[in-house]
Formats: sequence, C-alpha cells, structure tokens
Amino acid sequence: MLAQNLTFGLLAVAMALSAIKLVTTKNVVHAALYLVIVLSGVAAQYILLAAEFVAVTQVLVYIGAIMVLVLFGIMLTRAPIGKTPELDNNQRIPAAIVSLFLFGALATLLIDAFGDDRFDLNNGVASGAAGLNMVRTSDSIFSQYLVPFEVVSILLLAALVGAIVVARRD
Amino acid sequence: MLINQFLVLAAFLFCAGAYGVMVRKNAVLVLMSIELMINSVNMNLIAFALKNDNIIGHVFALFVIAVAAAEVGVGLAIVLLIYRNRRSVDPGEVSEMKG
Amino acid sequence: MSVFSVLAAGGETVAEHSSSAPWILAHAWVLPALMVAAFVATLFFGKRMKFLGAEFGIVSSVATMVLAIGGVIQWVRLAPGTHGEEGAKAEALRAVGAGLRSFAAHFAGEEPIKLRDPIERSVSWFRNGSVDVGLGIHVDGFTVAMLFTVAFISLCVHVFSIEYLRGDKRFTHYFASLNLFSGAMLWMVQTSTTLGLLFGWELMGLCSFLLIGHWWEDKTNSDAALKAFFTTRTGDIGLLVGIVILFFAAGNTFDMAAINEKALHGGINHATLVVAAVALFFGVMGKSAQFPLHTWLPDAMAGPTPASSLIHAATMVVAGVYLFARLYGVFWQGFSITSGGMNFGSWIGAITIVSAAGLAFVQTDIKKVLAYSTVSQLGYMILGLSVGAWVGAIFHLVTHAFFKALLFQASGSVAHSGSHHSFEMERMGGLRKYMPITYRTFFVGYLALAGIPIFSGFWSKDEILNAADKNGFTLALIAGSLGAFMTGCYMTRVMAKTFWGENRLHLFHDDHDAHGAHAAADDHGAAAHDTHAHDAHGHDAHGAAVAHDAHGDAHDAHDGPHESPALITGPLVALAVMATFVGFANWPFKDFLFLKRFWFEKNIANITFEETIAAAGKVHPFNWGVAIPSIILAVGGIAVGYWYNVVKQGDLGLVRRGGVFGLGHKVLKNKYYLDALWTDLIIGSIKGPIAKMAYWINQNVIDAVINTAGRSAAATGRGVYRYIDQGLVDGIVNGAGISASTGGGVLRKLQNGKVQAYAATFLAATGLIAFGLVLFL
Repeated sequence: MLAQNLTFGLLAVAMALSAIKLVTTKNVVHAALYLVIVLSGVAAQYILLAAEFVAVTQVLVYIGAIMVLVLFGIMLTRAPIGKTPELDNNQRIPAAIVSLFLFGALATLLIDAFGDDRFDLNNGVASGAAGLNMVRTSDSIFSQYLVPFEVVSILLLAALVGAIVVARRD
Repeated sequence: MLINQFLVLAAFLFCAGAYGVMVRKNAVLVLMSIELMINSVNMNLIAFALKNDNIIGHVFALFVIAVAAAEVGVGLAIVLLIYRNRRSVDPGEVSEMKG
Repeated sequence: MSVFSVLAAGGETVAEHSSSAPWILAHAWVLPALMVAAFVATLFFGKRMKFLGAEFGIVSSVATMVLAIGGVIQWVRLAPGTHGEEGAKAEALRAVGAGLRSFAAHFAGEEPIKLRDPIERSVSWFRNGSVDVGLGIHVDGFTVAMLFTVAFISLCVHVFSIEYLRGDKRFTHYFASLNLFSGAMLWMVQTSTTLGLLFGWELMGLCSFLLIGHWWEDKTNSDAALKAFFTTRTGDIGLLVGIVILFFAAGNTFDMAAINEKALHGGINHATLVVAAVALFFGVMGKSAQFPLHTWLPDAMAGPTPASSLIHAATMVVAGVYLFARLYGVFWQGFSITSGGMNFGSWIGAITIVSAAGLAFVQTDIKKVLAYSTVSQLGYMILGLSVGAWVGAIFHLVTHAFFKALLFQASGSVAHSGSHHSFEMERMGGLRKYMPITYRTFFVGYLALAGIPIFSGFWSKDEILNAADKNGFTLALIAGSLGAFMTGCYMTRVMAKTFWGENRLHLFHDDHDAHGAHAAADDHGAAAHDTHAHDAHGHDAHGAAVAHDAHGDAHDAHDGPHESPALITGPLVALAVMATFVGFANWPFKDFLFLKRFWFEKNIANITFEETIAAAGKVHPFNWGVAIPSIILAVGGIAVGYWYNVVKQGDLGLVRRGGVFGLGHKVLKNKYYLDALWTDLIIGSIKGPIAKMAYWINQNVIDAVINTAGRSAAATGRGVYRYIDQGLVDGIVNGAGISASTGGGVLRKLQNGKVQAYAATFLAATGLIAFGLVLFL
C-alpha cells in the first residue's frame, strides 16, 4: 500500500508541476513537452487504478498520435520556437481567480462528498489481474455498446473527412 | 488508496487546463489545455469504475479518448485555416461574432 | 461482428404471434414497404421509364389500396378478445384491461363494445447499454382506419398528379417524394413505439419540405418550404422532449401501449405527465398547424396542388392529431380532461377554430382559403380530443381527409383547366358552366365542410360539439358553433367567387412572363396591397408555366375555361363519393338497411379509449339539441355568405370603409400580425443587441403609455396631471427606460466576440453554481 501511495505522490507532484508549467511557460514547444509529461502521468495513474488497457490506449493515442498532431500544428502555424515575450492575453488575473475559485469549489465538494473513502481493493475491477479487465471492457464494447461504438467510428471518419476539407488548399 | 487523492488531482488538472483555455494567446496551446481538461475527466471515469466496481467506466474512457482524437483533428484543421487567412492564431483576435 | 449481424440476431427475437392473426394485419408493414420500394425504384429508374417513374407509384399505391381494403375487412371480421399476440406484453395489457374487457354498456340499454386485441409484432432494433430498443407494429382499429384513409387518398393523388404535373421538369422527383411520403405516413400510423413514430414524423416533414419547394427556382416557394420546415421543427423540440420524458418516466421504454398503461394506472406521477403532455402538445401544434404555429400551412400552398391535397390537407397535418389520439392516456391525465374545465388543448383548439376561420374570409387565393379552413378543421380535431370526443375527433379526421382532399383537388382542377394556372379567385367566376364535374364535386366538398346533414362533415363535427356540450366545455361548444357558422359563410364566398356569377378570366389576359417578373420583384413581406399580385404568382403559376408550354397546343385551341380530363375528374368523383357517404360509417340511429349503429366507433375503440373516456362514462349518444342549432348556424352562415357575396356582389367598401369592420379587415389581412411577430419581433430581438430593444421600448411603447396617460390626465385636471404624469409616471417610465438601456449596455460588453472571455464567464458561473451547491445543499 505504501508503494502505491508513494508512486501516486511522486506522479501527482510531477503532473501538477508540469500542468502549471504547461499553462504558464513562454515557449510553445516546451508546453507541448510538459503536456507529454502530464499525459504519461495520467497513463501511469490508470495503471494504478487497474485500467491497464485504457493506459495503453492513452499512451498510443495521446502520446503517439495526438502529440504528433499538435507538434505539426505548432510547426505549420510557424509559432516562434524559442521564448516569446507574450503568450498570455491580458485576462491573466481574472482567469487565475476563476480557476482557483473553481478548484476550491470542486475540492470542497469532493472532500465533503467522499471524505476518507477508500477503494475496495477486493472488488471485481481491482482484482481483475492479468488482462481480465481488458476482456470485460471489450466484451461490453462489442455487445452492450456496439451501437455507440459504430457511431464513434463514423464520427472519426467524419472528423477525418472534415479536417481534410477544412484544411486543404484550393 | 483514498478516492479523493485521484479526484482532487483530476480537479487540479481540470482547473489548470481551464486557466490555459482562458489566457493563452496561441490557439494550439488552447487546444492542448483542452486536452488536459479531457484527461482529468477521464481520470474521474477510471477512478469511479474502480470505486463502483463497474467496467463501464473504462468503456466510456475509451470512447472519450476516441472523441478527443476526432476533436483535435478538426480543431487543428480550423486553427490552420485561421492561420492561413489571418497570419495569426490568437483566439482573441477572431472576434467577428461580437454583438 | 457488425451492426448488421446484431440486427440479424435481433431478427430472431420476433415476438411470437399466434397463427390465427390475419395475414394483412400481422404484416401491415408491407404497406409502407411497398411505397418505399416504389420510392427507391422511381428515384433510380424513374427517368428511364415510359411514364417517367409514375408507374411505380401507381402500381404500389393500387397494391397498398387493395391491402388496406383487405385489412379493413380482416379487422371487421376479427373475433374480439381471443386472438392476436400471445407475448408477455399482451398478457400484461390483458391483465390490466381484464376488468374493462367486458365493459359496461356505453349507453343505457345497449350491449357493451367487445374489444379486439391489437395485433403486435416487434423485433429488437438495437441495444444500448441495458436498454433494448424495439421496432414493431401495433395494429388496431384506429390504425386500420388510418391506413385505409391514407391509402385511398394517396392513390387518388397519384392518379391526379399524372395529368396535373404532366411535362413538369421534376416530374420523377415529385413522384419519388410522394411515394416516400405515403410510405412514411403508412408507417407512422402502425408503429408501436414513440421512436418509430418520430422516424415517420420526420420523414414526412422532409417530404413536405421537398414538395413545398418543388418549384424552388421561385424564391417565395423556397422561402415557404423553409418556413414550413423550421416552424414544424420548432414544435418538434417539444415532441423530442416529450418522448425523452416519457421514455424515462415509463421505465426505459418507447412502447406507446406501455406508456399509456403506465400513465393511466398511476405508474407516472401527475406533474411529469403534465410536463410531458404539454411538451408533446408543442409537437402537435407545429405539425397540425395549431395557433400560433399555424403560419406555415397557408404558405405551404406554394407546393403543387395534389401534394397540398395529400400532405397539407388530408394526411401529414393530422399526424399531430394522430399522436394526440395514440398517446391519449398521457394527455388524458396531463390535461386532466376528465375534470371538464377548459384545458390547454381545448383552449388552443378553440382559438384555432375561430382565428383561422376569420383569416379565411380575407384570402383572395382559393388554396389559401382552403388552407385556413384546414387549420380551422384541425382545431376541431384537437378540440375534440381535448374535450373527450376521442372517436369524434378520429371520425372527423377521416371525413375531413376525404372532403378536404376533394376540395383541394377540385381547386387544382380549376387552376389546371379554368384559370390559367392561377389560384386567384378574381380570375375565376362562373366556372359552373364550363366545368360541370369539377363544380359538382366541389359542391359536395363544400356541403360536407359546411356541415350540412347527410354529408360526412356534419356527422363528425356534430359528435365533437356534442361531447363538448355534455362534458361541460361550454366555451369549446361556443367556439365550435361559431366556427360552423363562419365555415358556411366563407365557403359560400368561395363558391360565389369561383363557380357562380360571370367568368372574369378575360379581364386578366396578360402573358405569363410579365407576371414572373412581377412576382420576383415582390418582397415577401410586402404591404397589403401588394399581396394581391404576389399571391397570384406565388405558387403554381410560375412552375406550371413550364408544364403549360408542354400542352400549350391544347390551350391555344380553346383558350377559355374547359373541363379537366378524366385523370383529374376520376379521383374527384371517387373522393366526392367518399365525402358523401363516409359519414354514415358512424350512423348514430338504429340499424337501418346497411347502416349499423356506431359501426365506426365499435371498430376503432381500443384499450386506451376504454380506459379513459368509456371508463369515465363520457361517451354520449347523438343529440338533436346540439345538432339542430349547429345545422341552423351552418345554414345561417351560408345564407349570410350568399347575401353578402351574391346579392350584394361582395361590396368590399363595406368592410374597407373603416370603423370596426375596417380594423378587423386590416388585422385579418395581416394575419393577426403573427408573421410580423415571428420575423420582426422575435428574430429581430435575437439578432439585434439588447440595448436597441430597450431603446425601441423606450421610444414606442413607453412613449405611447406616457401619451395616453397624459391625455387622460389632462382631462381630469391640471394638478393631477402635473403630479401623476410628471412626477410618478415619468419617474417610473424614465427609470425603467434608463435601467433597461443601461442594463443593455452592460450586457452588450459581454458580447465582445472573444471566445476566451466567454470561457472565463462560463467557468466563473459554473464555479459559482458549484459553490452554491456546496453551501446550500
């Protein structure tokens, strides 16, 4: 238990610091790299939460595909690669107040609602070792949630076509 | 493990992302902040899947990842289009919708 | 594994139905399937065929008609209570209805109606999570009556269209839309779920859009199509909300029989039912053109006349009425119909009857008169359902479908052969001599619509008025009777202007091209004096000019009005026969020759009817006390119309001269300013900034208030004037104006077009709400 908590703490600190740097750094490419750290941290947290399949998907899709897209986006918009004097607009103070307030409200709400509740580490999902959760996930995607799955595939196709139509030069 | 340690971390990531959405002058960075927010929501789904012993949380997290991929694709295409037309990616400058 | 394999797997779960269920009733889905097959065939092969695809539609609609007649015969011969589906749902329904199955006599001394079980079949459409969405048919007497009506009118319209649209450049597409429409309507009346109903409902909306905009080159036509589409869509928001509410309230089911059962047996709490009924009613108002969402229907007359006859008179516009009648359990509880006070539905119905009938008086376009008359008659149906005349309303739906389809097609015949493709009544007159068959059939429709005894409209309208009287809806009775009077009056005006008197076509002997230019120059919202020229060419005239060229030779030979060919008069005669005799289906007296007492009622009564109106003892026999006054009113209306339009030659000076009549005429001419309300006020206020609105209120409304207050104050005394007007009113008024414009100015700053500022506002508000929840819950 200590190992898990220790892992969580280390990851959490790294993620929080990277998230702050992500939204404050003056270098666009650095921001992308901080995002990679946060996303990898999220994937690690998924493993802690016994969701290994989602963790692998997270690494493949986010870090593998989406981050490459984002870097292409940075290059194609010819964003200055080095440090830039102004990457934030003039509503920094109100935005900080709003997000701190939001965090305060959310944290109060969560502590109020869940307090010291702990995970039951003997339940089905937690004890689903050796890929059992993956079997369960795929079972329910391809039976119960087949129609939403097909809808998502059509959505991806539509997004693909839409992205080409929007971005092509003509 | 406490449930709250994951939920509060997710809430923190969410608020950091929200801050980024509000202040960044580069639309690509805004998109990255949105990704941060989506990930924090996904963390909630996974945490509750474990808490409630219900695999549906994993299923929905996967759907969210798929939808987020679609969103980034279309979002970046729009950003490119805006850049091509205005030589700028500052969302603050795109204000033709003002009343 | 794909969707298809799941669908195939779902197919295995076809509900078991006993072999005793008659074939046509158990396979009612074949009817829409035939029409949809015709649609596909017409679309893909139509242009290569000899008759450009019309043959597919004709063959399918004849087959549909035969099947529908077979269905009626099978239903009538079905033994009550012992057949049909033996599945779990039927068992449940039977358990609920067990006590009512041998229901007490409807009227004293009569044998009880024996219910036949509906025939139900369903397959599993798709599953999402734990919800299994079924797709099925639910065939009962009501469905069979609707199938017959739709199939009959659809066949007439198909035949009529061959001649009417001959030579049109989109002839094939027209027939394709017509086929798809018929399929959607035939599907909608037999589906067992709200989701299936929504499917048919929206398909019909699409076909309606396509057919109204058939001649879309003319801007007014495409505008009319868009208006129809958007107005009905506005109502459909309510329909969707209602369906979703009922889905959850009835325990994750779309099945309408189950929803009705839950609604009637306390499975859903009353507040939920009220919200659901009101939400669904918005859908009904949009589709069935109820006040104030009726404005699209008169504009929809821009479509080809046979399409108007099928869609905007006989079938699609009654989809709302059908929904109301089908989910009657929900409305019965939601509107508290049993309590007898005026409810939402009866108010809307009553207002619609009178207001639309009023508008019919000032139209110069024969199709628009008929359109407003349709709105008014739909008001009767909604009113009937809202006052507990379930059978009466459905009966009126059926009779109205026949006589209004007849009237529309006869007006199409007039335009086709009598008035150079114009619907302007100024160009008609005296057509009795030239078009004897059209005249006689139109006359039958006229008598049926006016509610003259023996013709069908009388029987059904009287049943609604009788129920309104007996169930304590006095206001509804008054509105209905007033509507009967007005209907007789405005229809006599149409007869006088179209068929009686002297022909006026030669007074308008100018060429079509000049008119095309004129119509194009007209703006849609033109002033009242423009509407005249505008209406004359708003619809068929333009597009039909194309068709006109095709058979121009015939016209050159005898340029005056003449009778239409047999392909047009044939359907007219068939519909006239139905419009005369269909009223006897619910013969209210003792059995006489082939007339069976309440034959229609006994055959369409279903479990919902038994558990609502019959259980509340609200079924009433025929009553001369209501019938005689309504006959007198109808005849009186005809007499007044005759005196004014024939004896006085329609002296417009009387109404235009001013005073109350002049004001009334102006208000009616401007359609109660409803179009102005929708386009100028509502859309304008969304488009324009709020500050502008505040300024406008300041300038117009509040100034007017000040002026009025000033005048009355001046009359009462100078001191009072100074005190009230200057001190109090001005203070309030200026205060209100200033705060409104300041508020507008402040709010305007929020609309700065910067997405990130919007995001900040949105997130801050979310945070505040979350914080409020933390603090107070």
